[in-house]
Amino acid sequence: METARHNILEGRKDQVHRKGQEPFNMACEKHSLAGSVSQRACVFCGSRVVLYPIADALHLIHGPAGCAAYTWDIRGALSSGPQLHRLSFTTDLRERDVIFGGEKKLYHALVELIDQFQPKAAFVYATCIVGVIGDDVDAVCKRVQEEKSIPVLPVHSEGFKGTKKDGYKAACDAMGRLVGTGDTAGIGPRSLNIMGDFNIAGETWLIKRYYERMGLQVVASFTGDGRIDDLRRAHGAALNVVQCSGSMIHLAKDMKERYGIPFIHVSYFGIEDMSRALYEVAEFFHDQDIVDRTQKLVRDEVSQIMPELNRYREKLMGKRACVYTGGAFKAFSLVRSLRTLGVQTVVVGSQTGSKDDYDLLRKLCDEGTILVDDTNPVELSRFVQEKGADLLIGGVKERPIAYKLGLGFCDHNHERKQVLAGYEGMVNFAREVYSSVCSPVWKLVPGRRTESEASGEAAAPTLLPVARKVS
Amino acid sequence: MGKSKVTAKPNPTSGECRHATRNPCRLCTPFGACMVFHGISGCVPFIHGSQGCATYIRRYLIGHYREPVDIACSNFAEPTTVFGGKQNLETGLINVAAQYVPEMIGICTTCLAETIGDDVPMFLHEITKQHPDLPRLVQVATPSYCGTHTDGFNQAVRSVVEALAQSGAKHHGVNLFSGMLSPADLRYLKEIMTDFGLAATVLPDYSDSFDGEVWGQYKKNIEHGTAIADIEKAGGARASIEFYSTASSKKSAGGYLLERFGTPYYGMPIPISVKDTDRFLSVVSQLSGRVPPDKYDGERGRLIDAYVDGHKYVFEKRAVVYGEECLVVSLASFLSEIGIVPALCASGGHSGRLRDALAEQIPEMMPDVTVLEDTDFWDIAEAAKAVRPDLIIGNSNGYKLKRELGIPLIRVGLPIHDRIGASRILHVGYRGAQQLYDRIVNALIEQQQEESSVGYTHI
Repeated sequence: METARHNILEGRKDQVHRKGQEPFNMACEKHSLAGSVSQRACVFCGSRVVLYPIADALHLIHGPAGCAAYTWDIRGALSSGPQLHRLSFTTDLRERDVIFGGEKKLYHALVELIDQFQPKAAFVYATCIVGVIGDDVDAVCKRVQEEKSIPVLPVHSEGFKGTKKDGYKAACDAMGRLVGTGDTAGIGPRSLNIMGDFNIAGETWLIKRYYERMGLQVVASFTGDGRIDDLRRAHGAALNVVQCSGSMIHLAKDMKERYGIPFIHVSYFGIEDMSRALYEVAEFFHDQDIVDRTQKLVRDEVSQIMPELNRYREKLMGKRACVYTGGAFKAFSLVRSLRTLGVQTVVVGSQTGSKDDYDLLRKLCDEGTILVDDTNPVELSRFVQEKGADLLIGGVKERPIAYKLGLGFCDHNHERKQVLAGYEGMVNFAREVYSSVCSPVWKLVPGRRTESEASGEAAAPTLLPVARKVS
Repeated sequence: MGKSKVTAKPNPTSGECRHATRNPCRLCTPFGACMVFHGISGCVPFIHGSQGCATYIRRYLIGHYREPVDIACSNFAEPTTVFGGKQNLETGLINVAAQYVPEMIGICTTCLAETIGDDVPMFLHEITKQHPDLPRLVQVATPSYCGTHTDGFNQAVRSVVEALAQSGAKHHGVNLFSGMLSPADLRYLKEIMTDFGLAATVLPDYSDSFDGEVWGQYKKNIEHGTAIADIEKAGGARASIEFYSTASSKKSAGGYLLERFGTPYYGMPIPISVKDTDRFLSVVSQLSGRVPPDKYDGERGRLIDAYVDGHKYVFEKRAVVYGEECLVVSLASFLSEIGIVPALCASGGHSGRLRDALAEQIPEMMPDVTVLEDTDFWDIAEAAKAVRPDLIIGNSNGYKLKRELGIPLIRVGLPIHDRIGASRILHVGYRGAQQLYDRIVNALIEQQQEESSVGYTHI
């Protein structure tokens, strides 16, 4: 009945769970069901998003022009120097290339682009078609690498060869070939690599400043504002600090195995997770000076933002949110951040969460919260309506769902132009949520379902609603 | 195309052979096909290939239209690629039918499905036999290495007509294959047809699905668009009107109907200039047997009055124009009419007919026009610097060039992903020309005003 009411496809029933219902046996990490309008992209997308911010590398997409056109300068990943990553290069395969093979074209394209742009390295992304026509991308890369004396790295990101997560792994494999090839001179014992932050709107810079204030040296950033030479010497760092664990875990594990570098998982979103990240990093170094500096940093930053946060909290108290992210790790932070703002999460899901992720999410959420893996627009729309959500947090693809249904929206994806990480990011996040949820325009949306009309099956909110103020 | 087996093209400035494309000036074929399917009532677009194709195309369309766009996909996995996509196609179609309850599913292929040799027509034949309850299935072959989004669009229109238009029973309606225009354009064209008393089948008609109202309650967003019943009758229409400049009518929907049912065919450029709109309205007038209502005389008169008011600001200015080939030709025609030199006309399209189409429309200007076909934004930027432009007319992808040259960019066409209101941009007819003209003149005035140290408040 429930399935029919929510228009959930038979093949997806076990990818939806309501907290409170037993047993909890969430199916996830599987290929998207055919015909379901998944919000996921493909293997290529996974590789492209991870490597994209490396600003002094050439990123050449071996395939038809479309894959390159759709990913041209779409992200907010900033660079403090070269801007090569913001251009879009493709071998632009045509019918005759498909018939006769694309290796020759790839070779010539690589050579001419390397000559023109003088990159520090080149990444060559294999798209679907390359996997089918049988181009030996590795051989071409090897040849050009020898001729041009820069690393030329194949990225095996054929779209159909798994999910976006497999694309992360392909990207990690390519980066793994760079790590360990550079000089580690000048790297001290109090050093770390930032992994899984992509410098959206300058977030890596912010995090780097925090670490520097703690007395730590940042060796390399994978990959926000990333540089090839930094990546090559990253094995000299004492610690890998991994955010967005889905995308970087392969490389962190690889570096642990090869160089004995330990790693910790962190998140830089929200006061709780941001502070925990800094404290955990500080503790790792067993140095009272670092711990003292960290305590001061957290105290200063938190006290600075609290007055403004409280103002937003007052306005947002009792609102309900739906969170749908790429990786599940971000969803944890968002549920906590929203709670800081007095907002209850009533629907939460991700494109690529693992069983453990969903288990943790379930523990974190209130009774009745809907958990969903790899959802589609039909389901998502039904869920937010049923739960009377006031806000949807997601990416550009989710935005029109929110707006059409009369919900506020906050872009928490890589295309945003706003810092949402760190302490100042928390204030920005609160302002983003406030400026959307409390806009007067929603009053004009006809037939919009308000929370009081939502079905009563959700448990009482954790935070009691206060009287709504007219915004 | 190069002489070797490798496809390469000469660099317009240096003349050397190019193998890589730098900042593409086109999208892929399934993109255009999805737009068409989204403009048919009760139809869900469906991509037979990898998940990413559907998601990227959705993402791009949502960025432009700011509307929900659902595109289903057969979501290939590795075994699908090895063993063929039939099973995924079948499961996918059944799931789409269950979740959307559509009247039709419009299936377009991808480079992947085409290259592994999936025989989609045969698959569909078998699937339909096995599942007679499935909605109507219409397919178009759109390998992305063949052509551009415009080609995919035109092929999809033709495939839909071929599949659905089975009857030649005569009626008084008119088919309008308007090509890749904005929702505002489609609304205006329908208004014109109504004003002339003509029942028009505009295919596709995504004016509401890509530019809808706020909902409040969930909708599947497949309710709007060209009615399938109207497409079925297309063969018996009084005539087909088709906007094209570089596409071949032999491959077009209108060309097909002419050949199959003898449906009279009128091909013409997208009507933007007064000259082209006059031509369009004269055909409409002839088909309807009515003189144009006074309203259009008024629009035309006011447009020319505005041309006069602003002529000094635009005369002999030089413009860079890029985008879909047909749009570039019609914009060039409009610019030449108001005294602006379309000094660089560029497109990522590779029909090979852009130069000829321009020469036909603006013969007197051609000596001063650089034409770039099958080009990319890197070459457009290089060529633009050489033609000393005063303004740029095209989609959002020219923004970096605008910044570099410090001249205005008038946003037209698709994609427009750095402004809101792309759906509301009117390009066609007297009213469209009026809006474009005002935007161009005001952008040039603003440039002059901003650059002046005086700060004039009366211009």
